[in-house]
Amino acid sequence: MSLTNEYIRQRITEKFGDAITNVEEPAGFLTFEVPKEMNLKVMQFLHDDNELKFRFLTDLCGVHYPNQEGRELAVVYHMHNLVDNVRLRMKVFTGINDPDVFTATSLFESANWQERETYDFYGINFVGHPNLKRILNVDEMDYFPMRKEYPLEDQSRIDKDDEMFGRGGSIS
Amino acid sequence: MSELIHQQPHHVKLPEGSIEKQTTTLNLGPTHPATHGVFQNILEVDGERIISSEQTVGYIHRAFEKIAERRPLYQITPLTDRLNYCSSPINNMGWHLTCEKLLGVNTPKRVDYLRVIIMELSRIADHLICNSIVGVDSGAFSGFLYVMQYRELIYEIFEEVCGSRLTTNIGRIGGFERNFTNAAFEKIEKFLKEYPVTLKEFENLFNRNRIFMERTMGTGGISAERALNYGFTGPNLRATGVDYDVRVAAPYSSYEDFKFDIPVGSTGDNYDRFMVRNQEMWQSLGIIEQAFRKVQEFRGTDADVYHADVPEYYLPEKQDVYTKMEALIWHFKIIMGEIDMPKGEVYHSVEGGNGELGFYLISDGGRAPFRLHFRRPCFIYYQAYSELTKGALLSDAVITMSSLNLIAGEMDA
Amino acid sequence: MARPVQYNVKNEGGKIVITDDMPPGYGGEGFFATTLDQVVGWGRKNSLWPMPFATSCCGIEFMATSASHYDIGRFGSERFAHTPRQCDLLLVMGTIAKKMGPILKQVYLQMSEPRWVIAVGACASSGGIFDTYSVLQGIDQIIPVDVYVPGCPPRPEAILDGLLKCQDLVGQESLRRRNSDKYKALLNSYGIE
Repeated sequence: MSLTNEYIRQRITEKFGDAITNVEEPAGFLTFEVPKEMNLKVMQFLHDDNELKFRFLTDLCGVHYPNQEGRELAVVYHMHNLVDNVRLRMKVFTGINDPDVFTATSLFESANWQERETYDFYGINFVGHPNLKRILNVDEMDYFPMRKEYPLEDQSRIDKDDEMFGRGGSIS
Repeated sequence: MSELIHQQPHHVKLPEGSIEKQTTTLNLGPTHPATHGVFQNILEVDGERIISSEQTVGYIHRAFEKIAERRPLYQITPLTDRLNYCSSPINNMGWHLTCEKLLGVNTPKRVDYLRVIIMELSRIADHLICNSIVGVDSGAFSGFLYVMQYRELIYEIFEEVCGSRLTTNIGRIGGFERNFTNAAFEKIEKFLKEYPVTLKEFENLFNRNRIFMERTMGTGGISAERALNYGFTGPNLRATGVDYDVRVAAPYSSYEDFKFDIPVGSTGDNYDRFMVRNQEMWQSLGIIEQAFRKVQEFRGTDADVYHADVPEYYLPEKQDVYTKMEALIWHFKIIMGEIDMPKGEVYHSVEGGNGELGFYLISDGGRAPFRLHFRRPCFIYYQAYSELTKGALLSDAVITMSSLNLIAGEMDA
Repeated sequence: MARPVQYNVKNEGGKIVITDDMPPGYGGEGFFATTLDQVVGWGRKNSLWPMPFATSCCGIEFMATSASHYDIGRFGSERFAHTPRQCDLLLVMGTIAKKMGPILKQVYLQMSEPRWVIAVGACASSGGIFDTYSVLQGIDQIIPVDVYVPGCPPRPEAILDGLLKCQDLVGQESLRRRNSDKYKALLNSYGIE
């Protein structure tokens, strides 16, 4: 029997009940949200279950939604069942003032640097991470550049003329 | 200029008590010639044995994801070029396919086949560099000099199709910017005729070469289980024996119409990685040949199809822009990025030169992506480097690094 | 396809044509008199030892330049040393992020005088398309640059042209330049003693 989105949905709601929210299928890609305290439990279940077998962490990244009060930061996990070739997307939301999320490094080694990158960009504090420090930017940096309020360009730059180079512009 | 630049250049600080200890701390990189890019490894070595290593990355972090939040879709294509610059066209196509998925555009078959030709050509170019560099690092420089000559044939094809060699910015959302010329087809034909001969000779230089085999076999190996845990994809995962290939698992651009094999290794060591890449080049040649024949079958007006009909994103013909009001308006709107894209959330991945290259695009209905994340295979599997080199000889660690095909641009985004 | 092989010394009707310029001077049977400046410059420019500092895309084009097809060795510059102590030409190819900036400066400081710098590609020259918080807007913010090569990435021919331009500079440079106050002031403006 091939693994369908309905079946996965049924299994996780059976196991976790109302904790699984916002279940959607944009472009056939099963997406759901879990409370941030439960991210590891759900991942562990998806990983260990003999039918679900989501044992490959494809991707992990952060998103910043400045307008959602209390749940500004999101961590998005893309998981893959390589045997049945099914993917799913799991989201965890957290407030910007207490950005603590449990680390997935105990389950997947590949989460290590991806979590460091997410920390570097968004300042999400992965609780239990073995080596949570900046990875792409310099250690001296004192802000989290991918948050929406920070500009793209280097503000200390003086050589290029704003009028000619159109700094700070945004098309949206 | 930021304050940072004016500081005196900082030297690597030795940890406490490092003078008395039995092992040596060795700083490899970020400008070391053996690293082929800006990677820094701080190694703890006992003689020539590596006891532990720690990697530092980010030396060319260019903030792609932040830039992408300020650009209309078509202006993000040049950014994807500069991810894995050894196989830019695959990145371009991956990005176009992601946009098409978001916009719900279906491309004609001929466009798909032309894309397949371009993608497989760049896969060959990518593997070619990687394999010849493995040769250089194991002491065989001639292989590199020899095949670089034939990489130029591929670049000539790219030049004929899009006008650029390395960072191609090839194609548009919906197809190509212009049809392939006859000269392009002739060049592809020439490539298909000449390249197998060269590849065969390249193989003869390396595959059964005693020195090369001794240098690469049994070094830098990893088990399939660990590789999956580390998030390996692409040739490096296939070298461990897992037959995961995005082209087969989630076919895009009509890959399901082609017949090809997925070469796999067994031990995941440097030799297996070399051989998997080598075999993939042969498979790619087969795919190009099939695609070439399929394209030739289109006759008459079908042979003039080189893009889908997406007026909102595909630039109108230049002569129409000069003569027709509507075309001029579309041209202006596209160039100025004044088109709102549909709301949505897509993840699309293609089989890049190094593995699964994914694009995670969130659109809030604005003119630029709300969030664009690149799943960069290099970045993910470079984490395993400490495990791959633990207990290895220093000289083997260098080969391991080049056989992983680490591309700094892709790693640091 | 067979192509006729060309040498830079051609025998045209018994007359030997040497395409590489000799320094101007006064010559005759068994002697040649010229100024020391010119002969040293001539020697320097045809034996540059480049130090490739390749970080990204331009580095791949540089690989093509140094490989068989474009062959930078035709211009006396194929001796890449990869160690700044031995080199007199620093070729910076690719984006230099702020994290990389201090390292680039250190490499420059390790080179001994006289030293020249070529910024290859848009990123090294001006930051290119990456006007971002993490990218240095041109390496001339931290080290002096002699030749800029435009392009993103430049074609191998452009890199070769940049090298030839640099050779012109090297050939014409006065022996006193590196001791002049103007040069010291230039280095001081970069914080180099």
